[in-house]
Amino acid sequence: MFEKVLLRNAGVPGSERIDVYLSRGGYQALPQALARTPAELIDMVKRSGLRGRGGAGFPSGMKWGFMPTDPAITKYVCVNTDEGEPGTFKDRQLVEQDPHQVIEGVIITSYAVGAHRAFVYIRGEFFDGMKRWVKAIADAYERGYLGRDILGSGYGLDLSVHRGAGAYICGEETAMIESLEGKRGQPRKKPPFPAQAGLFGRPTLVHNVETLCNVPHIVQRGPEWYAGIGTPKSTGPKIFCVSGHVNRPGNYELPLGAPLREIIFEHAGGVRGGRAIKAVIPGGSSTPMLTPDQLDTPMDFESLAQAGSMLGTGAVIVIGEGTCMVDVTRRIARFFAHESCGYCAPCRVGTRRLAETLERVETGQGRPGDLDLLAGLCEGIQGRTFCPLGDAAAAPVRRSLELFRGEFEAHIRSAC
Amino acid sequence: MSPTRQVQDPAKRAMLLTALYIAQEQYGHLSEEAIQRVSARLGLSPTEVLSTASFYTLYNRQPSARYRIQVCAGLSCHLCDGAESLERQVRQKLGLAEGQDRTKDGRFSVETVECLAACDTAPNLRINDELFARLSPEATDALLDRLMKE
Repeated sequence: MFEKVLLRNAGVPGSERIDVYLSRGGYQALPQALARTPAELIDMVKRSGLRGRGGAGFPSGMKWGFMPTDPAITKYVCVNTDEGEPGTFKDRQLVEQDPHQVIEGVIITSYAVGAHRAFVYIRGEFFDGMKRWVKAIADAYERGYLGRDILGSGYGLDLSVHRGAGAYICGEETAMIESLEGKRGQPRKKPPFPAQAGLFGRPTLVHNVETLCNVPHIVQRGPEWYAGIGTPKSTGPKIFCVSGHVNRPGNYELPLGAPLREIIFEHAGGVRGGRAIKAVIPGGSSTPMLTPDQLDTPMDFESLAQAGSMLGTGAVIVIGEGTCMVDVTRRIARFFAHESCGYCAPCRVGTRRLAETLERVETGQGRPGDLDLLAGLCEGIQGRTFCPLGDAAAAPVRRSLELFRGEFEAHIRSAC
Repeated sequence: MSPTRQVQDPAKRAMLLTALYIAQEQYGHLSEEAIQRVSARLGLSPTEVLSTASFYTLYNRQPSARYRIQVCAGLSCHLCDGAESLERQVRQKLGLAEGQDRTKDGRFSVETVECLAACDTAPNLRINDELFARLSPEATDALLDRLMKE
């Protein structure tokens, strides 16, 4: 039986309070980390195999290693709480129910990369989450976990909360940096990467909330213990957000590599009304759908790539038999059309056209040739946009067209 | 007008999103006057302030209704009979005609918003800053009845 790591405190009464966090062994990794050198910590995270949980799965230790080590250079750490990938609701739970676990992760991470200033960027819609962040940070200052000379170590860190204002694209790290600078949240050209020139032109490390939550556990229990969870290349625990047509939607923490079938049937209670599964979105609405014959796919970075999809944020959306897939695809396309930042034409125009065409097909106004038009639009978007949003918009449409072509054709003849 | 562009103070510029929230709270919405004040305080041109404000969905250029209802249109809510069906129910209950997004008395406005990251409690909607979850048709009715009586 897998013992929860990241959600171990969630659901405990008062888990958001500092006293409850302390009584459950919280802030014990911090003094251990401060007793080590930054280089040792970076090495530990590298050996743990931790990879980013925000969608891209980039090795965290390597990302830390990109930061310049010269102490004379001002560096920043940013905490990405801009959770917006449809189907994802894990960071919200982590921040609302265990904010001190995130803060402990932020302090250790900042110490390891030599940052004395860290910024939380939170989605504007997360009003409760923001209040939790503010309170938790104030309490951490009061107990000496933040501020000058943390626990008498001589190391200091300041942390503050910044509220976004409604824009999915700000979850992309360079767009988030622009937004933190008070600008329109449009992604920046890379290179330079944030580790070279990020917030206010300084080297910046941006991490997702769930990623940071792993850090105290790696320090306390060791990288070998951590690497023993999951698969050789996808290590550690992962929170899977299960929603859609399931009996028990919710966040389930399991080792990476847990089979999709187990997540849906053992943990989320199976499909509502005992229906068969028609399709599953494995990692948030930007990841291509899987079919019922792929339910034994292990949920890790490699296996999902092999299955033609992505782990993404680990947001599993289950779609039951009897659902109109043209309608589902239209809904996904509309999201991306709404969230395109408008900077580059293939994305701005392409996502709009995808959504319009799908809307037309779904409502029975489809024209002959619309399916070729959709395929051509995907072709014109994928790999041709300034940031990954374009690919995220085109990939699910393309997959859906491949898998359910008959349904789309029937729709062009008449709406369902 | 000086032809040279004013050099910005990055720290001041970084205050813009927060300043816009404060202005919106004080003025009720980002009126012409609110934009002018923010730009004067931060040393930015009103165009720059507007350009940034218009990028984000949580800033209102028009006065808000007392109850701003935002129905989550996310895929998970959509699959759980929320999103468009929930929006339809809300609109019907408030007596809104097609194309009308605000009640005549100006107390309620209805719009759809993208995923609110609460898919485990779908279907959801938000009223001002509060999230209402697991909304069956009955629960939605009861919620709106309560607000309409106020």
